[in-house]
Amino acid sequence: MLRYILRRLAWSIPTLLIVTFLVYLALRIGTDPVASYKRVNPRATRAKVAEYIDVNGLDPNFVQGYFKWLKNFVTGEWPRSIKGRREVWPALKDAMANTLRLGTAATVVGIFFGLIAGVLAALRPGGKRDVFINTSAFVGISVPPFISAIMFQLLFAVYWQKWFGESLFPTSGVYPAGHTGFDLFLMLKFMALPTLVVAIQIIATYSRYMRSSLLDVLNSDYMRTARSKGISERRVLVKHGMRNALIPVVTIAALDVGSIVGGLIITENIFSYPGMGLYFLKSFGEGDFPLLMPWMVVIVASVLFFNLIADISYAWLDPRIRLD
Amino acid sequence: MAFRRFVSHRAAVVSCAIIAFLTIFVIFAPFTARYGVNQSVQGPPNSFLNPRANAWLGTDDIGRDLYSRLIYGVRVSLLIGLASAIISVTLGALVGAVAGFRGGKFDDIMMRVTDLFLAFPFLVTLLVVRNVLGALPWLRPITGDMSSVRFIIVLFGLFGWMGVARIVRGQVLSLKEREFVEAARAVGASRRYIIARHLLPNSVGPIMVALTFSVVGAIIGESTLAFFGYGPQAGDGATSLGILVGAAKGAVQTGYWWLAVFPCLVLIIIALSINFIGDALRDATDPRLDRGV
Repeated sequence: MLRYILRRLAWSIPTLLIVTFLVYLALRIGTDPVASYKRVNPRATRAKVAEYIDVNGLDPNFVQGYFKWLKNFVTGEWPRSIKGRREVWPALKDAMANTLRLGTAATVVGIFFGLIAGVLAALRPGGKRDVFINTSAFVGISVPPFISAIMFQLLFAVYWQKWFGESLFPTSGVYPAGHTGFDLFLMLKFMALPTLVVAIQIIATYSRYMRSSLLDVLNSDYMRTARSKGISERRVLVKHGMRNALIPVVTIAALDVGSIVGGLIITENIFSYPGMGLYFLKSFGEGDFPLLMPWMVVIVASVLFFNLIADISYAWLDPRIRLD
Repeated sequence: MAFRRFVSHRAAVVSCAIIAFLTIFVIFAPFTARYGVNQSVQGPPNSFLNPRANAWLGTDDIGRDLYSRLIYGVRVSLLIGLASAIISVTLGALVGAVAGFRGGKFDDIMMRVTDLFLAFPFLVTLLVVRNVLGALPWLRPITGDMSSVRFIIVLFGLFGWMGVARIVRGQVLSLKEREFVEAARAVGASRRYIIARHLLPNSVGPIMVALTFSVVGAIIGESTLAFFGYGPQAGDGATSLGILVGAAKGAVQTGYWWLAVFPCLVLIIIALSINFIGDALRDATDPRLDRGV
């Protein structure tokens, strides 16, 4: 097991390098960082531009440039943003913290309710409850997050205010303007709608996964064996059924991080929530290479990390999997 | 048999009717729309009128009829969905079939690339790929201008093949071990012949399913791009579902509910209907699936 983990870890470093190189290439071709620097800073002297090119590794030779960028990145000499020369790390750190909070809340809520819905559907397949849960999940998957976000804003904020005098939930930011310090209740209120939007997608996806996975397990031979041994139905379900049904779900959950982040980006933008999504769309729109590259590295690394977790958890949970 | 199974899926039959109706409705847009795409319903003041007799679904910021614009918008969106789905399914079926049949290095690399692309947040990949496509001058004759509908079609065509390739590859992997393929090989059929005459025709079910999901993917993708301001531009007043949904963003806070509700509703109906059709097709063409269980 340990050897397997170490081998996978060792492999993830070259993968990370290759993928970041591809990202570097795509951003250099797609956003033309030097041109956007000149656009944002029209009065920059030639020396300033040369310095910008040097510190960002934007040499005409892509491979050389990449390694120069990599060296600066690893040694911590991160270039400043093209607009306002802000430091990148504090902005990135705040964005990461905010997204982590929103993402964790949505994932916990989503997986919890999704699994319950899936189990309820699978216990009586074909019944009314199953049809209801399945259809709702189908609708939940089909509605793109930005549509549900708009609808929630319209209902809970704009029209709620019109009908009842005060909007139920705020629609943008983490705190009201001018607020300082930490306030859990206020924060939860601001996070409610974006969490709901992301959680709906997760609930819909996971209830379907859980349903089909549990159905597979319920129809298997070892469930019949367990029942025929006279174990109580409840115990059969929890010990034999649920545990085995969760194996594929856990794996999918770890692989799904990319799509959850995708939903977060869209949702954050609509609710002006200052997380990774807003950070990305802003810096991408401005072609801000110094801001974009570290963001990409964080995303690539977390996608690879959760892939690793998926493989390891799969191997660990399911003894039938051979590691070599 | 497959047809009967499809028809027994009630939601899918209703969805088929809705999509057929919508398609006919938007094809005859010059007759079904009440105003031109860029025509205002009355003289000023005409902006932000709520739904009324001469503008059934209200008007937008410069007094154009939302109902007529929706018809023209759905026309463009359906075109984007269908055209890009055909491109991506053709590409994906070919790549998937070859990868699954030949195996080896090609298969490994193809599937690695596919995994990588699918693991990333959809919008990020889409935006980056969009910019790269737009920045390559030698692609200009194919893609057209970055703000054109053609560019969006090519973008989703090139973007959507990976999911299809994966599905077709899986199908081919299981088919190629079957007796009739072995028989074909035994009588000396070439690889190309086996792929074209045995493997692809037998994968029609999954390919059709992939086609429906690609259509939805492209329509929603276009709306997402347009929503964030990276979609096709409304040159000459031409519109798309995405542009209309994007305009909803600004209408929410000001309380012009019709500008938000109607385009979103149409998008939801289209997405749901096509998804239902795809779901029913999958159930109908996959004999291993037991419906209702």
